[in-house]
Amino acid sequence: MASPTNRRFWIVFLAVAAALALVPLGLPEFWRKFLTEILIWGLLAMSSDILIGYTGMVSFGHSAFFGLGLYGAAAALLVLRSPNLWAAMFVGLATAAVIAIFVAYFSTRLRDIYFAITTLVFSQIFYVVIFTWTDLTGGENGLYFSQPPFTIPGLWSVRFSTVSLHWFILAVVAISYLLLRRITQSPFGMVLQSIRENEPRTRAIGYHVERYKIVAVMLSGLFAGLAGVLYAIQHRFAAPDFVFFTVSGEVVIFNVMGGMGTLVGPLVGAAFFLLLREGLSRFWTEYYLIPLGIAFTAMVIFMPQGLLGFWKRRLNQ
Amino acid sequence: MFEQILVQTVNGLVNGMVLALVASGLTLIFGIMDVVNFAHGDLVMLGGFTGAVTVAHTGNFWLGLLVASLALAVFGALLQITTLRPLIGRDPLTTIIATFGISLVLQKYALWQFGPTAQNIPQPIPGRFELFYLQYPWYRLGAAVMAGAIIGALYLFLKYGKYGIWIRATTQDRVMASAMGIPVPLVHTGVFAIGSAMAAASGVLFAPLAAVTQTMGFDFTLRAFIVVVVGGMGNLGGSILAALFISLLEAYASLVVSPSQAVIVSFVALILTLLFRPTGLFVPTPK
Amino acid sequence: MLTLTDVHTHYAKSHILHGISLEVQPGEVVGLLGRNGVGKSTTLKSIMGLVRPSQGRITFEGRDITGMASHKVAHLGIAYVPEDRRIFKLLTVMENLRTGLDRGGLTEGRRKELLDKVYESFPVLGERKRQLGGTLSGGEQQMLAIARAMMLEPKIILLDEPTEGLMPRMVSQIRDIIARLHRDGVAILLVEQDVGLTLGASSRCYIMEKGLMRHHGPSADLKADPAVIHQYMGV
Repeated sequence: MASPTNRRFWIVFLAVAAALALVPLGLPEFWRKFLTEILIWGLLAMSSDILIGYTGMVSFGHSAFFGLGLYGAAAALLVLRSPNLWAAMFVGLATAAVIAIFVAYFSTRLRDIYFAITTLVFSQIFYVVIFTWTDLTGGENGLYFSQPPFTIPGLWSVRFSTVSLHWFILAVVAISYLLLRRITQSPFGMVLQSIRENEPRTRAIGYHVERYKIVAVMLSGLFAGLAGVLYAIQHRFAAPDFVFFTVSGEVVIFNVMGGMGTLVGPLVGAAFFLLLREGLSRFWTEYYLIPLGIAFTAMVIFMPQGLLGFWKRRLNQ
Repeated sequence: MFEQILVQTVNGLVNGMVLALVASGLTLIFGIMDVVNFAHGDLVMLGGFTGAVTVAHTGNFWLGLLVASLALAVFGALLQITTLRPLIGRDPLTTIIATFGISLVLQKYALWQFGPTAQNIPQPIPGRFELFYLQYPWYRLGAAVMAGAIIGALYLFLKYGKYGIWIRATTQDRVMASAMGIPVPLVHTGVFAIGSAMAAASGVLFAPLAAVTQTMGFDFTLRAFIVVVVGGMGNLGGSILAALFISLLEAYASLVVSPSQAVIVSFVALILTLLFRPTGLFVPTPK
Repeated sequence: MLTLTDVHTHYAKSHILHGISLEVQPGEVVGLLGRNGVGKSTTLKSIMGLVRPSQGRITFEGRDITGMASHKVAHLGIAYVPEDRRIFKLLTVMENLRTGLDRGGLTEGRRKELLDKVYESFPVLGERKRQLGGTLSGGEQQMLAIARAMMLEPKIILLDEPTEGLMPRMVSQIRDIIARLHRDGVAILLVEQDVGLTLGASSRCYIMEKGLMRHHGPSADLKADPAVIHQYMGV
């Protein structure tokens, strides 16, 4: 239905997508790759928003989905004789999905803080396993592998350049965004938000809250895993650091700073944070986190809706 | 083999006491104001650094312990007044995210203030004794005893004395405590200060056993969380038992797997507790 | 001494009090009657600072206490005995009393005096000094709640349904306590369902309905002409 709001959305969306596609052409190599990376973290942040922003379930364990998507893709790229893009995606997503099933189970039994702590512990378990099982995972040193070419199976194969990889990832992230947006605006998404607002009442109305939570976790985990796969493809390197809590923490920062429950907000939050980090660390190296951390904490207290939060209603139309 | 088990039992109990000191501060804070203090481990770390610096300047371990505890008590109070008071009444998840932000700042602050190198405190009780096949440092036992003494002092303070009653009343029913004239905001600040002081003390006690680094906070926070949940949130006695329990499990596990893998034991303990006895393993089953 | 003027209070999203005005003079026993849910408890809570009025003024001894923090209200001389008693279940009887007794400015002698007086009025509490509050019976808990409030040596006690769920023998004990407090010059704002008790103990009564003050007059008149009571309480 081409209502005015809808039309306006598409115009803005296509404009932004076009800009993101064309900008790298004018940028030096480093910034091209950086922009691509922002997209990947943005996808991760969006996946987390489904849980935190829409369903009201704070997860401190998204590094597990991301990291395992990453390692899953790495495994596929290492094991096959000629690395295959789609195999990498499939295996990465499958791995993330398996983890998501476990986490989904916990989400139905635990609420609030207990769920958050459990997700934290969960991702730490994976961190320890990956870190210490050096035979399988290369441990601390990580895994190196090669970048697969872009293939249309049986027909055509071309290696990625920095720019064409950027376009591929932009396409994946854009499609993911559209999908997630569709989902959050659907009746399903409305129920999720109702769970966030008042879980007992949602249950009383008759919704099977557990089922919705499970699906929310699965969705969140899959897209987070997808981000991991994309990261693997771009960087050709996997390390336990990506499963460590820091990643989860940063995801939460993206979500809070950008505005929970807006989908776009966390992506903007990721961009904001990463750009700030890149910029500030040139002057202050490690200490950039002090003002950033203070700003973040102040935002939690005084501006909990985040940077884009006050547009929440509009963005969700 | 039997000797190894006994040695690990001692190790487990020693580590457990220091962990209990950290966890009791955390559970006290949670019990009274529903704050899950993600920065608690960083308070341990700051205490360790403050203590190390004091000891380096004065050569006196006990002074280091005292200064660190007092400094962090004041710091904790200031922190609570500025960042946590505005959050009263909001859901616990907001406080966990806010204290996470604080944790980041504290870590980098420590880096800035104390430099990137790890710091050490020499053992105040030198020498070792023979424990089976090992030369076991006296200090390890000393640290456990001191941790126990501090926890014991806390217990006495809570049980007797006017402020102990204030704290226990506020923990049980904040609204009614206020209606009885107990200055609840002050009690909150006071408890946070006490919790911070205890964290700092554990940092100083821990330092001679291993070095103090900026990033050690997270590990302490995570283990303290696990202990507090397994012991029953807000339950002081439970968290002490849970700390000992988990440390013992880890000590025994390290006989079989490497120490870095042994931590998985505590993770599994947490998950099992949450699945089957979510109010806490050491809490009598609610009727 | 205590005056409420046009107080509106919201609780969650409901507008409970729609402009309540009342006053209590020093040493008076004033009753507040009304059916369940009309806002009697909310009135007491508004005075005590447990909920913040959205409109209106509450003054005590000339001082504006609207929305003041509860512990400060208590220090001014207002004590609160809530309707579910809310004694500290994990504290002993003695410790419960001490939450009120451990104030600044009391000499050791005065503390002993207050305790003795309370144990005299409530001998049961004296017997159970070291027992945990949660182990007391309903009636004993009610007495502890009142005794605890008395520890504050208040100028006025806000009593919320003290006889709810109590056996008749206990009810008469409550009646005696109220009389004794009155003799000692303590004012009481008494919220009750037990109309007979309230009319007997108080000099004046207010009647509330749906968050509004509907009637106000001497208890003697209400006793003589129960029609008003029937109208608002259906009793």
